[in-house]
Amino acid sequence: MAKVLVVTSGKGGVGKTTSTAALGAALAQNGESVVVIDFDVGLRNLDLVMGAERRVVFDLINVVQGVAKLQQALIRDKRLENLWLLPASQTRDKDALTDEGVGRIIAELRTKFDWVLCDSPAGIERGAMLAMRYADEAVIVTNPEVSSVRDSDRIIGMLDSKTVKAEQGERVEKHILITRYDPARAARGEMLSIDDILEILATPLLGIIPESQDVLRASNVGSPVTLNNVDSAPARAYFDAARRLMGETVNMIVPTERRGLMNRLLGRRAA
Amino acid sequence: MHATAEATRQLVRMRGRSYVAFVFTPEIPIVGWLAEIDSTLARSPGFFVGKPVVLDLSALDLSRAAITHLVGNLEERNIRVLGIEGVEPEKLTTSMPPLLTGGRSCVITRTEPAEKAAEAKPKPNSLLLESPVRSGQSIVFTDGDVTVLGSVGSGAEIVAGGSIHVYGTLRGRAMAGVNGNSSARIYCQKIEAELLAIDGYYQTAEDIDASLRNRPAQAWLQGATMKITPLN
Repeated sequence: MAKVLVVTSGKGGVGKTTSTAALGAALAQNGESVVVIDFDVGLRNLDLVMGAERRVVFDLINVVQGVAKLQQALIRDKRLENLWLLPASQTRDKDALTDEGVGRIIAELRTKFDWVLCDSPAGIERGAMLAMRYADEAVIVTNPEVSSVRDSDRIIGMLDSKTVKAEQGERVEKHILITRYDPARAARGEMLSIDDILEILATPLLGIIPESQDVLRASNVGSPVTLNNVDSAPARAYFDAARRLMGETVNMIVPTERRGLMNRLLGRRAA
Repeated sequence: MHATAEATRQLVRMRGRSYVAFVFTPEIPIVGWLAEIDSTLARSPGFFVGKPVVLDLSALDLSRAAITHLVGNLEERNIRVLGIEGVEPEKLTTSMPPLLTGGRSCVITRTEPAEKAAEAKPKPNSLLLESPVRSGQSIVFTDGDVTVLGSVGSGAEIVAGGSIHVYGTLRGRAMAGVNGNSSARIYCQKIEAELLAIDGYYQTAEDIDASLRNRPAQAWLQGATMKITPLN
């Protein structure tokens, strides 16, 4: 039974696209068949993070409008054969998405894949609404700061009222994914603590992704962090989160950078 | 130039219109029939007030004096006779109601409101929310109290006609007693509210004493000032 999972946040720049790509690749490496859909019509990024930008022919809007078949628009990942991408259109805007069209595509993808990951655009407008519309589960990406947390709260309210599941009286299963977490700064009180975030959002935690240069490095080379450097701290955190999505119980730890002796000795450069 | 004002002819317009009237058919003995009318009036006084009433005397053969007597008796009971039916024209004098002809019978629909079929269910006077109120949600319940078992998020809003109870952290806005209920109060397990208002009097987060923050508190009105005091 396929699961439709929306990766959303309300606020922009918190790591939705990075997390969609990383979780998608991590699930695929665990043997699941996965498709990631970019709903950010007009400002697509997922193709870049997945390294598929040079192979886009048809996109989500073409399929919604019936110009292309789903099979023509799906792009298979070069590294993982059970990971697929449905890119967004860069030339159109979100008004080109229709509720019925998205519903039809999601229903078709459900028959072909184990996981359908929807990368939501920022905001609470049409694109974000349609990305979450047919979701069974939701990953709410949150940074440890107040504006991000409040936007996440708003999105959780919408997941509980505007989705098909909510309208049928069921619940969308929700998970909080905290990204860009810096344990040292949190300890100094410069960031919201994990407890504060979870207390405000009253939603279970899926994982904590540490702030890391590896994330930027991976997206620069067009690769999900869970493919680019599987031993890096963020990659390990995403693998743990993916296993929790698959129903495993994994202890919640914040992976840290593994440093060599020289790094540890020379880690602090004099200013 | 001199124009003479020409007298314009006033047209008399006449239109036909039909009304529904009660038709009485008195029976002999008239005294007994009047007693029957009296008992109807005793059950519902004013039943015939303002209603047009027509007397159908076709079943009787009354003299002019008897008709006068009958009409007078009805007038004593505040029943005004609009017209009389079924008598020879010469039996009526000019002081009596006119003779009517060509009436058609119809069903009289009662205009009195029927007894209320079923008592309307009493409206609930409190609203219980078992899940947290999220940022951007607005709960408006003007009929009474609102109780929230979870927290009220920053940017969320609760508007209640009565009091507001929050068994979590109140981070959003709470407006109680919006219908002018100045005895409404706001209670919360942890106060971090953006705004508290009771019956139009409000305090923003800046006005709320920092020493109260993160503690159980209640807000209430004392005259025109809002008091916020810790609970226990």
